[in-house]
Amino acid sequence: MRLSRVKVFAVLVGAVLLGSAVTPAHAQGAVSAVNNGDNAWMLVSAALVLMMSGPGLALFYGGLVRQKNILGTMMQTFAMMAVITVLWALVSYSLAFGDGGHFIGGLHNVFLHGVGLDPDPAYAATIPLQTFMVYQLMFAIITPALITGAFAERMKFSSMLVFMVLWALVVYSPMAHMVWGKNGLLNASLGGKIPCLDFAGGTVVHVTSGVSALVTALYLGKRVGYPKQPMMPHSVVLSFIGACMLWVGWFGFNAGSALAAGTLATSAFVATHFGAAAAAIGWSAAEWIRNGKPSALGAISGSVAGLVAITPASGFVSPMAALAIGLIAGVFCFYMVVKVKAIFGYDDSLDAFGVHGAGGTLGALLTGLFAKSFINPIFGAGKATGFLEGNHRQLLNQALGVAIAWGLSIVGTLLILFVVDKLMGLRVSEEDEQMGLDLSQHGESGYELEAH
Amino acid sequence: MQKIEAVIQPQKLDAVKDALVEAGVAGITILEARGHGRQKGHTEFYRGREYSVDLLPKIKLEMVVSDDMVEKTVQAIIGAARTGKIGDGKIFVSKIDEAIRIRNDERGEIAL
Repeated sequence: MRLSRVKVFAVLVGAVLLGSAVTPAHAQGAVSAVNNGDNAWMLVSAALVLMMSGPGLALFYGGLVRQKNILGTMMQTFAMMAVITVLWALVSYSLAFGDGGHFIGGLHNVFLHGVGLDPDPAYAATIPLQTFMVYQLMFAIITPALITGAFAERMKFSSMLVFMVLWALVVYSPMAHMVWGKNGLLNASLGGKIPCLDFAGGTVVHVTSGVSALVTALYLGKRVGYPKQPMMPHSVVLSFIGACMLWVGWFGFNAGSALAAGTLATSAFVATHFGAAAAAIGWSAAEWIRNGKPSALGAISGSVAGLVAITPASGFVSPMAALAIGLIAGVFCFYMVVKVKAIFGYDDSLDAFGVHGAGGTLGALLTGLFAKSFINPIFGAGKATGFLEGNHRQLLNQALGVAIAWGLSIVGTLLILFVVDKLMGLRVSEEDEQMGLDLSQHGESGYELEAH
Repeated sequence: MQKIEAVIQPQKLDAVKDALVEAGVAGITILEARGHGRQKGHTEFYRGREYSVDLLPKIKLEMVVSDDMVEKTVQAIIGAARTGKIGDGKIFVSKIDEAIRIRNDERGEIAL
């Protein structure tokens, strides 16, 4: 038994080494097209996006759960940093960005075969393809991590791992390929059939994760005791730190999506910041009017909602449009989280759908409304981009992109949940849930009060 | 010997401690506690959900004093902890049979 495991491991290592041995020959070509300034910005952006997952999102979510679940919650995000990375190297990068059909990439780039230090002009002409690859990897990590907010405090760690690996293959890779990959159906910059504007992942990241979150929350059912038993966030302080790190990291997410350090990056940076600020005000104002007090959790939740909504728009809209998008998103997501969740009664524990699904859908549609060709002439110089500029069809294209993301997420996630449920079960036992994920899943406690 | 237990508002701890030292109480034990009497709790809002918090943070003081010190101690606590509003807390007094100093096995009031 032991020996066979060793053999499997050896074969895996061999395969990886073989892959890496093939790559260099390909990579030694002319690297003169690389612009060091662009590459520097893109490497920093990749690091910023990783920081959004750990510690950003891990802290944001970790503070919102009860203290017996903080490590379990943080580990769900951290596990993505490890597992999705390996999966990306082996196969999922190829499925997302390799040459392929309209819906999914092929297997030409498995084991990162052919992903060297030369730029691929179809994606980014001035940075090594490996920079592009590792930058995109950070998006592939945070997207499934966002879903964990919906099933917080009740999913088995082992089942979560299997679910996420399948989700990365079945939902994320096809969606990323459709919107950003060569020959992708929705790719606006590479001549897709239905050009859908998604600068940094409104559909690819936020609609997919948010809608899948809603599906998992419904499929898994409520936490034991919800909603009768109070389940207050155990530390809004941790969430506050996490949200502020998300805000900073988001500059890498959106401005980095320019894939170069030029004027478009500046425009996206400004739009991102303005969207977040306006949304914090929007959510807080709505809360102040409704509850009489503006809470810290409300303000930070609002900023995240604004960052979500501005994500698809960030490389297409003016600063004033960014303020409008943020303000609308802040108020809209507040009502999604406060009203709509209460009406339907689903236990989307940390509001992954209310913020990411709702905010992502809204942002994707508003992108079609506000996109301007002078910011990003994606359809050619002088050609109208958004609805307000005269390209009325774009709103329909955005809606189609959103609909495809919703459809793929619902069908794909349901299918995966069903399979994993039959295979190994999804939820921890009621006893383990009462005990908390920290102890029942990981054998440790986030706050060890006995340790003096 | 009698034991005096007092539940007070957390923000009154310093004033009560000073008053007890002034009254000549030799030693006190303090516990961070949660509870409620007639004082109602408050509500907190997290993402629009209302949570009622009815166990409020309190400080519980325990001290054992000689019989002749009881009234003086009680008055010291009342004087420092009273605001006149609901939630000021309570004082309980009970008899104590024996006190023992662990260090040298002294017994009775001398051990206080």
